[in-house]
Amino acid sequence: MSFLRALRRPGPAVGFAIVVLWLGCAAFAGWLAPHDPLKSQIPLQFPLDRAPDGGHFWLGTDLLGRDILSRMIFGARTVIVWAGLSTVSAYIVGIVSGLLAGFYRGWVDRLLSFVANVVLSFPVLVLYILIIVTLGASGLNIVLAVTFASAPAIFRIVRALAIDIASRDFVSAAITQGESAVRIMLVDILPNATGPLIVDACLRLGYTAITIGALGFLGLGLPPPTPDWGGMVNEGRGMAMVFPHLVVFPCIAISSLMLGLSLLADGLREASRAGSHG
Amino acid sequence: MARMILARLGEVVLVMLAVSFLVYLVLEHNAADVAVKVLGQYSTAEQRALWLAENGYNAPFIERYGIWLGHFVTGRWGSSTHYRELVIDLLPPYLRQTAILAGTSFAIIVPLSFVLGIAAGVREGSLADRVISFVSVGTTSIPEFASAVFLSAIFVFWLGILPGASTMTSGFAWAELVLPVMVIVLYDFGYVARMVRASMAEVMTQPFIRTALMKGASPARIVFRHALRNALVAPITVIMLQIPWLLSGVIVVEVFFAYKGFGTLLYQACLNSDVALIEACAMVSVLVIVSTQVISDLLYTLLNPRIRFGAGAQGRG
Repeated sequence: MSFLRALRRPGPAVGFAIVVLWLGCAAFAGWLAPHDPLKSQIPLQFPLDRAPDGGHFWLGTDLLGRDILSRMIFGARTVIVWAGLSTVSAYIVGIVSGLLAGFYRGWVDRLLSFVANVVLSFPVLVLYILIIVTLGASGLNIVLAVTFASAPAIFRIVRALAIDIASRDFVSAAITQGESAVRIMLVDILPNATGPLIVDACLRLGYTAITIGALGFLGLGLPPPTPDWGGMVNEGRGMAMVFPHLVVFPCIAISSLMLGLSLLADGLREASRAGSHG
Repeated sequence: MARMILARLGEVVLVMLAVSFLVYLVLEHNAADVAVKVLGQYSTAEQRALWLAENGYNAPFIERYGIWLGHFVTGRWGSSTHYRELVIDLLPPYLRQTAILAGTSFAIIVPLSFVLGIAAGVREGSLADRVISFVSVGTTSIPEFASAVFLSAIFVFWLGILPGASTMTSGFAWAELVLPVMVIVLYDFGYVARMVRASMAEVMTQPFIRTALMKGASPARIVFRHALRNALVAPITVIMLQIPWLLSGVIVVEVFFAYKGFGTLLYQACLNSDVALIEACAMVSVLVIVSTQVISDLLYTLLNPRIRFGAGAQGRG
């Protein structure tokens, strides 16, 4: 198991711990959060200030008096759900088109590669902004935008892997046996391409989380009352010079999630490389 | 070689055509919508109908697109409804500001990441390698808006030695460029450094390095004469492909520091539904990226003639 081997080194282990921590926050947000993330209490309390119910606002409250720690914990759910959905959706499109192009080659390949080139000619953020501004800011539109923008990069990876794998003997054997194209792509080619794809998925999940954060920061993310890390930074930005805690904590949250995912991806890559060398 | 370049240019023209169609489709497929955006929410139905008729919006979509494309290619980019100015006159100063920001960042990222990448890659697994690798993973994990917050907290809020906004209202000021450049460099150098490191580490395991070592060549000679030349081919193309990321980051950084460049302009254009300006910004950004891709391809072929043309390098897209 390359996964377990990866966790033996300190970096990937720390990364894994951070990712698990945020996954735990996302899963058990209702139990972990000390306050209701949407409930207005006392505005602009500093970290450790007393809450009216006798507890503490561990990380302070925002402009509308909402507890920042609770919003961060619920924000983990927002970012993991939407980044996860977006990444899965982008992967489905990328894998299907990549397999088709890599297996059939010819005009299918040329057409799909051209579409991928066109999409990859945009700076990612410009593409997101164009789509969100046209369709409006909502979770579903973010999924759509991420799928559109990320699928071409996944397509290229899958296509290259598929071309390589399709040239091997066992695929020729499968073709000679008269196996169906769908079966060859899904049973013979795809499973042999999963290693690099898992590493890429780890990183891509992180980049998608960052992008959702950046959109939130630009005011183009999920609509307001939703606890969203990027949105929290955007809301608190105007007062950050006086109340830095409004923006610093959500920034720590998103940076740590991304750091965790990169360390994990790094470990998986090293482990799979060491594995392939024997 | 000439034929390859021509073929590549033909492909670029095709891509630009497709991009322009996509941009036009997204922003102007609904003519009634465009009229509302240009004339404002409170315009009457007659005004909108008149405007649509005057500007040829009653023609079929494909015909409208053709006319728009013709205008765009000949430099008639329409006028901005928000800034009340011709887009083609409006853009250049903003583009220049962004060129300054991106150029300065680039001028720091490239040498920094090469030095660090080479230092790390010369001896794989050494202390320097592990420290540099960890730092570059760390800095690349902090999104631009977050590092902008952290750096502002330190240098503006806590130490009070740098300005927190980069509006440059009273002329150009280097001090106002420091924080935006720092943020971009911090986010981008790590990726390039890791590419250089990987490339360097791979070259160092090649037989010709061992040969040089056994010949008794000094370590400096081995690194600079033998290894570097071969290790730089892949990273140079990666750097060119890094520019789309730089551009995306620049938008966030410019908005954060209120720096009056291309990113802020595009952002304002989107907030104000300034159709002509959004189109121009999108097209310009794509043109920049496509040019860097072409240059990257050419460099790749020039530096490594064995590479078959068209088998482009993959960026982190």
